[in-house]
Amino acid sequence: MKHLKTPDDLSQYKKTLEAKHQPDTARIFICATGCRALGAEEVCKAFKNEVAKQSLAGKMEIVETGCQGLCTRAPVLTIEPLGIFYGRVTETDVPEIISRTIQKGEIIDRLCYSEAGKRIPYVRDIPFYRKQKKIVLKNCGSIDPRNIDEYILRDGYAALAKVLGGMTQEKVIDEIKNSGLRGRGGAGFPTGIKWESVRNAPGDMKYLVCNGDEGDPGAFMDRAVLEGDPHSVIEGMLIGAYAIGAKKGFIYVRAEYPIAVEHLKIAIEQARTLGLLGENILGKQFSFDLEIKMGAGAFVCGEETALIASIEGKRGMPRPRPPYPATSGIWGKPTNINNVETLANVPVIFLNGSAWYKSIGTGSSKGTKIFALAGNVKNTGLVEVPMGTTLREIVFDIGGGIPGRKNFKAAQMGGPSGGCVPAQHLDLPIDYETVKEVGAIMGSGGLIVMDDSTSMVEIARYFMEFCQDESCGKCVPCRIGTKRMLDILTRITTGQGKQEDVGFLNELAEVTKTASLCGLGQTAANPVLSTIRYFANEYEEAINKKAAQVAQESSPSQS
Amino acid sequence: MHKAVTIKKEGVPAVDLTRCRTILAKHPGATSADLIPILQQLQDAYGYLPQNTLEEITASTRIPLSKIYGVITFYSQFSLEPRGKHTIKVCIGTACHIKGAPDIKKKITETLHIHEGETTKDYKFTYEPVACLGTCFLAPVMMINERYYGKLTTEKTEQTLKSY
Repeated sequence: MKHLKTPDDLSQYKKTLEAKHQPDTARIFICATGCRALGAEEVCKAFKNEVAKQSLAGKMEIVETGCQGLCTRAPVLTIEPLGIFYGRVTETDVPEIISRTIQKGEIIDRLCYSEAGKRIPYVRDIPFYRKQKKIVLKNCGSIDPRNIDEYILRDGYAALAKVLGGMTQEKVIDEIKNSGLRGRGGAGFPTGIKWESVRNAPGDMKYLVCNGDEGDPGAFMDRAVLEGDPHSVIEGMLIGAYAIGAKKGFIYVRAEYPIAVEHLKIAIEQARTLGLLGENILGKQFSFDLEIKMGAGAFVCGEETALIASIEGKRGMPRPRPPYPATSGIWGKPTNINNVETLANVPVIFLNGSAWYKSIGTGSSKGTKIFALAGNVKNTGLVEVPMGTTLREIVFDIGGGIPGRKNFKAAQMGGPSGGCVPAQHLDLPIDYETVKEVGAIMGSGGLIVMDDSTSMVEIARYFMEFCQDESCGKCVPCRIGTKRMLDILTRITTGQGKQEDVGFLNELAEVTKTASLCGLGQTAANPVLSTIRYFANEYEEAINKKAAQVAQESSPSQS
Repeated sequence: MHKAVTIKKEGVPAVDLTRCRTILAKHPGATSADLIPILQQLQDAYGYLPQNTLEEITASTRIPLSKIYGVITFYSQFSLEPRGKHTIKVCIGTACHIKGAPDIKKKITETLHIHEGETTKDYKFTYEPVACLGTCFLAPVMMINERYYGKLTTEKTEQTLKSY
């Protein structure tokens, strides 16, 4: 790899890569991240062994990719240029895939995705993929994330070259403002305004942080992006750093994501070698370097001021704002914190222009959103759709509906800070505002589908247990409020509820919401409030139930 | 986030500090910003955070022991007590919860006679719940060391545990 000294060097480098590229070679893309859990590594190995054994090296290529989305069929693979998708592949299927599909173009029925008894061999025909719009995930699952060349072949770092090649910092910020990009971590704060306030903050030393502390149970989109396309996040950070004038950046990743850390380390090293990180990037007066910080297991560290404390090596406790991190963040310096998905949106805005980006989505929410679809739904996996897509489209058209003979009851959106959206809102176009109106939040994008066998009081109890456990204990309303609400919910779910309990819950929820120091406490009551709002009858039933009855029902076990 | 842990004054076996010193040597001029990475590396090396290694950090970085203790007890990743050879992480994320994680937890306790956060007497297993492993498509799921076991049933859980 050579050291790129100008934006022109980058396009030259891309041309040399294109010249080497052979479009006729069969390429087999195997998810080697999430699918590892169900044997993807063995499948990869089997393919490599066969390639060696049959001396097929020039004829086919095995590409280990990030998440391809349809996790429910794991381990999955896609065969190009045929465009065939196979799932639940085992190592014993490998010789047959080579001899039949790759060498003769035949389809192996048993490995195909099927819906309503019909086999659908081609990616382009699978409803799960057809309804999606992949902007952020465009490379995820179709490049080797450990090879920067593959990213560059997909116009990687071209947005950075464009920015450094002649855009002023103001112009970069204007472009982001025009695009309407909002923070994908949950709250939806306009990214351009955040960047502008950090840029305007006085001080020579500024920091840019990528928040990859994806702690919401049921959310795995940031993990997928970091594992499957780490360079898109690094490029987004570089553009952001240029715009705000940051020299140093941190990527804060959960310790539970070892593959993400591994891929990021490789990506950073390769970007440094090419001169895309470090001093005078692409020959310009712009220097920026990155450090990975691994979380140590504390949900509250997803909150900006707690995350800063954790980077500084302290207990990750939030502090009152103002001052905001934009003026006083890490070591008291202006600090800009963006979520993984937000940053991964940045390069494409510069490649295609803010006008193009703005044309996708709804009035207030632009672009796409990635959802981690899980729970009682057929197609569990990773889904990227334009803002404004309805819940029905996500759960039924893409997700394939509810398995078994059960019915949709609610979708839990936004994790412990969110709420349960009931069936009556299935046709609601999802954006930041509409989701809030119905009592949930967009959150980071966890979307857990629940069927009619799920008890909503139990779900509220579950989330309260989570928040109570993760409350850092600094402020009283959160520390005691979550504890008392949990006590009440526990007593209701164990058949010892009192008639006045719902009233107590409402009151406690209100106080915890208004008086807590940070987002954790301010939103901790949301799952309770939304379940009371839509499923009050379940609370009533649970309260009226005698303890003995509950004990009888809960044993033997429900699964 | 509430760990009942104490630094014992007596009867705690001191460990050999060679590895600890090698780790500290990699962080010359360490400040509090390096504390969490140092603790993570120490825990990787020793399996937990032995008391005399913490005293060694204080001696070399001048970060007060009380501060180090504060950080350790805040983050769920750190352990002041020796851990089992194998770590069982049971996902208690939302998807796993609605697909039966509570039963899996019950089964683990039944099979190994330990509760969440505890280690078996023979130091074979340490059992801890984890907020979400981010592999919801495998729900309910647990991880033993680096290996995932997905779509668990109570029978499969017991079999898996017994295979170690």
